[in-house]
Amino acid sequence: MRQQFFGLAVAAVAAFAALAQPASAQEGKKYTVGVSIPAADHGWTAGVVFHAQRVAKLLMEEHPGLNVVVKTSPDPASQANAVQDLAVQGLDALVILPTDPDPLVNAIQQVKDGGAFVALVDRAPSDNDDSVRDLYVAGNNPALGRVAGEYIAKTTPDAQVVVVRGLPIPIDQQRQDGFDEGIKGSNVKVLDRQYGNWNRDDAFRVMQDYLTKYPKIDVVWCQDDDMAVGVLEAIEQANRSDIQYVVAGAGSKDMIKRVMDGDKMIPVDVLYPPAMVGTAMELTVAHLYDQTPVSGSYILDATLVTKDNAKEFYFPESPF
Amino acid sequence: MSTAAPTAPARPRVAREIDLRAVAPFLALALLLVLGTLANDNFLSIANLTNVITRSAFIAIIAVGATYVISSGGLDLSVGSMVAFVASLMILFLNSGTIADPTTNLLAGVVLAIVIGALCGLANGLIVTLGRIEPFIVTLGTMGIFRGLTTWLSQGGAITLRDRDVQSLYRPVYFGEILGVPIPILFIAATAALAAFVLYRTRYGRHLLAVGSNEDVARYSGLPVGRVRTLAYVVQGLCVAVAVLLYVPRLGSTTATTGTLWELQAITAVVVGGTALRGGVGRIWGTVCGAFILEIVGNIMLLSNFVSEYLIAAIQGAIIIVAMLVQRSLARRS
Repeated sequence: MRQQFFGLAVAAVAAFAALAQPASAQEGKKYTVGVSIPAADHGWTAGVVFHAQRVAKLLMEEHPGLNVVVKTSPDPASQANAVQDLAVQGLDALVILPTDPDPLVNAIQQVKDGGAFVALVDRAPSDNDDSVRDLYVAGNNPALGRVAGEYIAKTTPDAQVVVVRGLPIPIDQQRQDGFDEGIKGSNVKVLDRQYGNWNRDDAFRVMQDYLTKYPKIDVVWCQDDDMAVGVLEAIEQANRSDIQYVVAGAGSKDMIKRVMDGDKMIPVDVLYPPAMVGTAMELTVAHLYDQTPVSGSYILDATLVTKDNAKEFYFPESPF
Repeated sequence: MSTAAPTAPARPRVAREIDLRAVAPFLALALLLVLGTLANDNFLSIANLTNVITRSAFIAIIAVGATYVISSGGLDLSVGSMVAFVASLMILFLNSGTIADPTTNLLAGVVLAIVIGALCGLANGLIVTLGRIEPFIVTLGTMGIFRGLTTWLSQGGAITLRDRDVQSLYRPVYFGEILGVPIPILFIAATAALAAFVLYRTRYGRHLLAVGSNEDVARYSGLPVGRVRTLAYVVQGLCVAVAVLLYVPRLGSTTATTGTLWELQAITAVVVGGTALRGGVGRIWGTVCGAFILEIVGNIMLLSNFVSEYLIAAIQGAIIIVAMLVQRSLARRS
């Protein structure tokens, strides 16, 4: 059910438009929604910016009285300023994906105390309760690992797996723990875990060395689509046929395309979609115009993207 | 390895001193090879060693340029961003389909990359010399500019080579071999040989070292100091372009994070190779050896089973410092 709704929210604003039609009595109302997100400094945040702008445009087309202002900021300090600048313009709601949540709590709190509806996306501060935000929308990091682990355990129960990690930060650890939980009870064996820093070139290097170190590798779990690019290139160069497939994650257009095309090396992808910012924006606007209750936590599934459902998650115009 | 042979293009008068200093990085490299063999049986395999040396090509070639800049008394922090910028423009050009024939298209792309690299270097050099600003600050600025432009060009995402024909035509430049030697290794050898020839055997090379060891004396001797220093940055830009020519065929794409921190790796390679940061000395082959050392240290860490993945950065740092200490003590003894 939640998955279905997610499909609606991300892929189809057409469906949303149909939903919003009966509320046309409310259409005349004027609301301003501020959207504060990190600047596009790597693939995933580039996707966030793309989807924030895409959904903002769609929402404003649907609701003539609605004004959505999207601001990007490179670091917490400038994001705090951006939030204040937005607040000065008089916000009815704020959707924020903080670059770093804890330093931004005060700025967010001010907006909330001013009476605006606050939706927090993806990164939660240490105290993530209804005193700082009304709505919390996030992906599921432990599940991203668990879904990958479960898929590998189910498809290749005796696989020898090498893992390329991200950066040494809590998100990465949560994914690793989730993965271990996913493969628990199976014969899947993790040969090695090394950091690839969520970077293509580093992942290439790590994978080349794995190939030297281990004569037989069945599966690579690299949890991230950017790193998968480097991993695949290293495997191809080594001419090794023992690797059956690679499981990545996030939902970049290149990897989703490979899944769609039935690429044997990328049979699936695990979703951690940058489009979640759109989910938060849609829900926020639903709250303003349709008086739908949306307060609470909204955790997206780490959906397993397969050949059958890949089309729903494919955005060819996105930079990510 | 092809690099061991021409260690000492030394003048006979001071042969003994120069010899030991120049040989030190190669001793450190040999020590690492022994350490690596102990860490993993596969370490000394041809496949692994060619992998590692091939991988070090980007840093090695950039660091050859950095040797010029540093021995002229300058510094270039912008090289990592410059790689990303030049590579992005090259891919965008190849994608634009201005020229229909894939071979001509690719050749035009190569020429374009070299021209842009040289221009980026020229910009750095002119701002440093004409603007009379510290190279640290200038190149810190251009580092931000090149990085920002790359992020803007890619909209934060990736720029990917789309044309299949160009891709299959270009791919062998990184993955191909000539007589069993991977092409990037030949690139390293050729770049370093050319750079060493210019630095040690031409008038420009001698002027460069003279400017680097004492700018005032060089100026009073009538050397065109500004031009010599500017040209060093152009050489750096050209080396970045050559590295780009190898980088693009590998993954066929760039992202906003391509080449981050490569400037520090290049500077480390130069210093580990025996070139002093204060200028006046340039050791091209030492620099290449330094780049190998950096890559091999990472390789050993990954192949060994006794280092926790959390500690790799710490041990890499320690190994570099130890390598430097060994070099210093060798140099003092001579």
